[in-house]
Amino acid sequence: MGLKSNLHNFKEKNKDKKWLPAFSAIHTFLFLPNETTHNGTHIKAADDLKRTMNIVIMAMVPCLIFGMLNAGYQHHLAFGDIQHVTEGFFNSQFWTMDNFMVGFWKVIPLVIVSYGVGLAIEILFAIKNSHEVEEGYLVTGMLVPLIVPIDTPLWMLAVAVAFGVVIGKEVFGGTGMNILNPALTIRAFLFFAYPTWMSGDKVWVTGAVERDQMIAAGEKLDAISGETILGSLAQNKGAGYEVMDMFYGIIPGSVGETSTLLIVLAALFLIFTKIGSWRIMLSSVIGALVMGLIFNAVASSGWITESSKFYGLMNTEFWHHLLIGGFAFGTVFMATDPVTASQTNKGKWIYGFLIGFISIMIRVFNPAYPEGVMLAILLMNVFAPTIDHYVVQGNVKRRLKRLKVKIA
Amino acid sequence: MGLFKDSNLITDPLTDDNPITIQVLGICSALAITAELEASIVMAIAVLFVLGVGNVIISLMRNIIPSKIRIIVQLIIVAALVIIVDLILKAFAYQLSKTLSVFVGLIITNCIIMGRFEAFALANKPWRSFLDGIGNAAGYGVILIIVGFFRELLGSGTLLGFKVLGDSIEKTGVYAYGYENNGFMLLAPMALITLGIIIWIQRSKNKALIED
Repeated sequence: MGLKSNLHNFKEKNKDKKWLPAFSAIHTFLFLPNETTHNGTHIKAADDLKRTMNIVIMAMVPCLIFGMLNAGYQHHLAFGDIQHVTEGFFNSQFWTMDNFMVGFWKVIPLVIVSYGVGLAIEILFAIKNSHEVEEGYLVTGMLVPLIVPIDTPLWMLAVAVAFGVVIGKEVFGGTGMNILNPALTIRAFLFFAYPTWMSGDKVWVTGAVERDQMIAAGEKLDAISGETILGSLAQNKGAGYEVMDMFYGIIPGSVGETSTLLIVLAALFLIFTKIGSWRIMLSSVIGALVMGLIFNAVASSGWITESSKFYGLMNTEFWHHLLIGGFAFGTVFMATDPVTASQTNKGKWIYGFLIGFISIMIRVFNPAYPEGVMLAILLMNVFAPTIDHYVVQGNVKRRLKRLKVKIA
Repeated sequence: MGLFKDSNLITDPLTDDNPITIQVLGICSALAITAELEASIVMAIAVLFVLGVGNVIISLMRNIIPSKIRIIVQLIIVAALVIIVDLILKAFAYQLSKTLSVFVGLIITNCIIMGRFEAFALANKPWRSFLDGIGNAAGYGVILIIVGFFRELLGSGTLLGFKVLGDSIEKTGVYAYGYENNGFMLLAPMALITLGIIIWIQRSKNKALIED
């Protein structure tokens, strides 16, 4: 008897136990249980929910590893241990074990807290409502550490995850029923609850906050500043980084969202495996470019002066918006969330376009909170069912008209 | 005696017929002024006064108010009472009246008050109307105070202005361990979510309250 059937027998034996969902959640983590459905017509397909989730996680792993390296690199760079990288993506100063280990010890606790708290709540609700633990949290749990600043205190993350899973998902009925993307709900909670830990020039480089506290305590050290590109653009200070750095992702930012290169590769992977919707990704990019072009036109036609607080971001070349901030990450991994996005094909175009369009608008007009993609996706999540409704109604109307023409 | 016979007039609105969590009235002020416990308590007392006295007045006048203009009569009565509350606050608690700002005046439009006038005081005797007014205002106040308690405690780390969790700037108490105030609690969305959680708890305890 193999492990699989042993586990299955164990499950059969303990059928009535209250803690069974907790066991099932772990036992079916990577392979299918020996269970067959009992009635109805079935479609046999290779991709069940779990496999879908695992593919998304696989797409995120390069971002996670790169995020660890980048965390270490930014740390050492800010502390003056190494020099700025000039030799492109595969350079010797970036890909060092030392960089990796610094980031590893900062990022892994975030991952553990995210999964630990999230799954604990999922299991709690599963036991209480006596259903199986759903796989929904697998992706959310991986997204969360990638979209927070590296120095986010773990207890804050735990509070936010608890909030996001309970209020963002469980109150609506669990996986598949949520209106808002849970990972973004968690980030939005952190963002509004603890703004000093989610923006500014200290939180993006690990160690900067501690250094500040040491200076406050009277030690004579240089303060460390590691502002994101969006942050410095919002203050009209210029980007301060080469375009290729932005593309490779060797810039300060949330853990896993800096590298546009890896995100594009992940996007291709998701499109190839038909997990992510290319319509949403493409239309978001188009929306962002359109809004960027409008702002560029406003800036170059001289409607606003250089002293305007919007000038820095408005004058940013329109396609740079795709490379900086969390836009690429949000578009590829979060806007395409199959539960909260529009379901109809035409709806996906509208939904994606508005995400891109609104993201850049928020970026420019809200310099206090320079990243707009999170709020744009959450807003469009709310509107997605409405968009679908009108697309479906439009289709019904068109077909009715065609019917009438034929009869006549 | 009347009090014991009609005690459900007071107890029902406190629990299974709560004006906020069950009838979902008066939400606006519950979201706006609950960032501080003190403001919540004062608001609760103000509504208690307005609704208690207003219900009695309406009940006394119930047979002489022409039904065509009854809403106007109710508005005048509630407006007069609200002005009394407003002036008292301005005289004795000026800072607080600044915090509550327009929301004292907006008691006039609080749906609970007009709702009780219409639904109860116009058809019942003064004593019963008084109990009903007190009960509903208390039901409203209890929710306000619960929401205000959690919002002030988690949002500012204080209760009635006392620093119960330590000083956030001096880093004493729990702040020494890295705790931080949750700024989200001070924003209106969190009031709505706190209210939602109260409704959730209440309905999961008493399944009969769940609507379709």
